[in-house]
Amino acid sequence: MGMAAESQFHVLAVDDSIIDRKLIERLLKTSSYQVTTVDSGSKALEFLGLCENDQNHHTSTNIPSVFPNNHQDVEVNLVITDYCMPGMTGYDLLKKIKESSSLRNIPVVIMSSENVPSRINRCLEEGAEEFFLKPVRLSDLSRLKPHMKKNKVKDPRNETEEKIENSEILLQQEAPKSQYSHSESESQSQLQAHSTIDQQQQPLQQNNNNNKRKSMEQQGLSSETDRTRQRYSGIATVV
Amino acid sequence: MLGFGADLLWADMNRLLAFLFHQGVLDEQFLQLQQLQDHTSPNFVSEVVNIYFHESEKLLTNLRSLLMEREFSDYKKMEIHLNQFIGSSSSIGAKRVTSICIAFRAASEQDNRTGCLRALEMLEHEYCYLKNKLHELFQIEQQRALAAGVRYPV
Repeated sequence: MGMAAESQFHVLAVDDSIIDRKLIERLLKTSSYQVTTVDSGSKALEFLGLCENDQNHHTSTNIPSVFPNNHQDVEVNLVITDYCMPGMTGYDLLKKIKESSSLRNIPVVIMSSENVPSRINRCLEEGAEEFFLKPVRLSDLSRLKPHMKKNKVKDPRNETEEKIENSEILLQQEAPKSQYSHSESESQSQLQAHSTIDQQQQPLQQNNNNNKRKSMEQQGLSSETDRTRQRYSGIATVV
Repeated sequence: MLGFGADLLWADMNRLLAFLFHQGVLDEQFLQLQQLQDHTSPNFVSEVVNIYFHESEKLLTNLRSLLMEREFSDYKKMEIHLNQFIGSSSSIGAKRVTSICIAFRAASEQDNRTGCLRALEMLEHEYCYLKNKLHELFQIEQQRALAAGVRYPV
């Protein structure tokens, strides 16, 4: 199977508490994610900087990497960070990521032990995808999957490499307007509504109309496997 | 009968756990920890709890030496320690310890030194109790694993 290059999503977890790092690492591994943990925002940026630079080298021809560690296939698909950290807070880190042209596409999730609505709103406004209240549970992690993003999709059937921002939005754009224009605007507003601290909420993909899921199933594509969806996005035309 | 001992110990363990939940010493976050333990990470709970003990003892020492200072005034520093303590305690499901830390923090925010001292006493006592009970739990679990192991020779 030629899916080896896209086997697992890689999450970067940032927390100054060693216990919480151990916990989030275990939670993420149990949910089948690859994990890297760091104890500060600055170390997170360092790591992300390394990733991005190696990605650029990945596409260039025969320029040897100037970095000693050869992170060949390292790519961060999501950053999950604690809010309260000494020095650079999670909010500061979020801002830096969103302000960086190379990093801003990486989805960021904030965790906090304190339920402060103004704090939550501030983070969401700054571009955080989700806000988790600590202690984080396994069930919370199901909300991560819809946000996972891959920067490049390599489809052997397709000569060109497609750069996709978000497979879900792309799929909606591909679809015939009559069926999907409604769901597109609806999912936008649902994106706002979804960003609340309601722990019981369904994952984002379920908020989309069942239209999409139905037509996906008609094509024989399972809506459960994001991987499959990503492969076909931009290429498949919804019939 | 082989394995009989293991079953009894299993019952002991559950009884202790139920007791600790009933007393509010532990909450369901502790159950979450147990759920994260499996064959790929068989000692997860004890690993996390041991880290917690290590960190907590450092924090308690810091808190006590702060409050014992003659000219103590650094409530902010105390609150930083307390926030850490609250975070780690709630992460492992140590409900009573967390509550006392929160009350402790409230006293600190009011610059109430007497209140802080009282809270520290309670915290040390409660932490001791928690540590003993968790050690007991791990002991039973170890014994049970051994007893169960006898039934299935490798």
